[in-house]
Amino acid sequence: MDLRSLYQQVIVNHSKSPRNFGTLEPCSHDADGHNPLCGDRLHVYLQVNDDDRIEDVRFEGDGCAISVASASIMTETLKGKTLAEFRALFDDFQHMVTSDVTAPVDEESMGKLSVLAGVREFPSRVKCAILCWHTVKSALEHEGVARTE
Amino acid sequence: MKSIEDIRADFPALHQQVYGKPLAYLDNAATTQKPQTVIDAICHYYSHDNANVHRGVHALSERATAAYEGARRKLAALIHAASAREIVLVRGATEGINLVAQSWGHANVGAGDEVLISAMEHHSNIVPWQWLCERTGATLKVIPMNNRGELQMDAFAELLGERTKLVGIVHQSNALGTINPVAEIIAQAHAAGAKVLLDGAQALAHMPVDVQALDADFYVTSAHKMYGPTGIGLLYAKEALLEAMPPYQGGGDMIRSVSFERSEYNDLPYKFEAGTPNIAGAIGFGAAADYLQSLDVRAIAAHEQALLDYATSQAAAHDYIRLIGTAAHKASVLSFIVDGVHPHDLGTILDREGVAIRAGHHCAMPVMQFFQVPATARASFAAYNTREEIDALFSAIAQAHQLFK
Repeated sequence: MDLRSLYQQVIVNHSKSPRNFGTLEPCSHDADGHNPLCGDRLHVYLQVNDDDRIEDVRFEGDGCAISVASASIMTETLKGKTLAEFRALFDDFQHMVTSDVTAPVDEESMGKLSVLAGVREFPSRVKCAILCWHTVKSALEHEGVARTE
Repeated sequence: MKSIEDIRADFPALHQQVYGKPLAYLDNAATTQKPQTVIDAICHYYSHDNANVHRGVHALSERATAAYEGARRKLAALIHAASAREIVLVRGATEGINLVAQSWGHANVGAGDEVLISAMEHHSNIVPWQWLCERTGATLKVIPMNNRGELQMDAFAELLGERTKLVGIVHQSNALGTINPVAEIIAQAHAAGAKVLLDGAQALAHMPVDVQALDADFYVTSAHKMYGPTGIGLLYAKEALLEAMPPYQGGGDMIRSVSFERSEYNDLPYKFEAGTPNIAGAIGFGAAADYLQSLDVRAIAAHEQALLDYATSQAAAHDYIRLIGTAAHKASVLSFIVDGVHPHDLGTILDREGVAIRAGHHCAMPVMQFFQVPATARASFAAYNTREEIDALFSAIAQAHQLFK
């Protein structure tokens, strides 16, 4: 297992220059996410239209490269998706980063998100990768705060 | 002192590879590795002497009791307590502080009183006092530190007053490595009429401790940070304080007689040891005290200082490394930030090079807030560490820096 499979150039790049970084006002949903173990903190903003489609999504905060890159890639992926599609992606992403290392990754359906598959070989880092997904979920469910510990 | 090779030979866990690289274990402030003598003492107890203590009339119980009480005497000797009656065996430094806050605190701290702690305390020396203050109406005050991570002693003198009932201070900071001027703090606190609790969780493995010379009222520590097992630690308190303190938990062993009307409490230290104790842990703790004495803690301190000086000079040679905690008087801890690399990523990258460090807030979130960092990376040293391991650390840091450049 090479570190490069976790810290691929794409991930390093997203962590250094996160996309959709900043606030979104007005927004229909937002929530805080916090991973107390490593101090990762982020806030996500979503604008969901009447057809349950995510028109825009942004995030801000700071954390490790995995948490920032994951949030950055997630926002790129979620723009334009319906809430039902989000829920399916949430499950697929969670499955991808927690599955056995020998399990194949469905790169076609996961798209850009598949660069984060390497996380599953680093069990202590899975929480970093899924924090942003839990944060969006709690924003949509109006819980306000998501935690991965 | 034994050679480093001989010391390393005492610790079986050091001799392994991690991801194909030789292990460089630099997370000793979290917990140290255990020498074979400690492992054997625990194994011997369970293999030969296992029985409950203080109550059996049979041979095994007598042996178990002798080993358990023998450990207490070794620990009393290690910290120079006047008597083994002053050593209460607890789960660790955390439980020791909670015991003092709940028992002594509730009997001696009231509305309008003040408890003084410092800006570099571990959460375990913050939260029990917050609770005490919330429940009693006392006020928690904090001695500030400067940007090197040293306590501001002039501010301490100003904060100390006739309302101050207790000063709770970490002997050696786990997050910064700072060794606090505890003798001076105790002298000033006593002059103001306050008692002093020292959190020695980090200290005992790295420096000689003499609670009588310090005139400490309370001293707590954990076995697992000084080559002993987890789940066991000690509270030292002056005998007169322990005598006057109400019991902490009720149960077996802490009473002399019980009727449904009232209970009469046992002698010290058993008054504070309700329930069957962690017998094996205590025996392992005693073996760790023996081990520490056999190495000579002054020789260890000199070796670790040389390692810290070397690591500090290596850090200074790289402009992308910023040290957090640069006190003039510090030991065995190198807390740092690497430009462009989050400590958590650094921890993962170093791990793959066989270098084990801690990344996080080190249970000292106020320290992180003070230095305005979410977390730091921390390398911490023990008697068995080598310059080669520090070279491995800096080589892996350079790789991490390169990866994120």
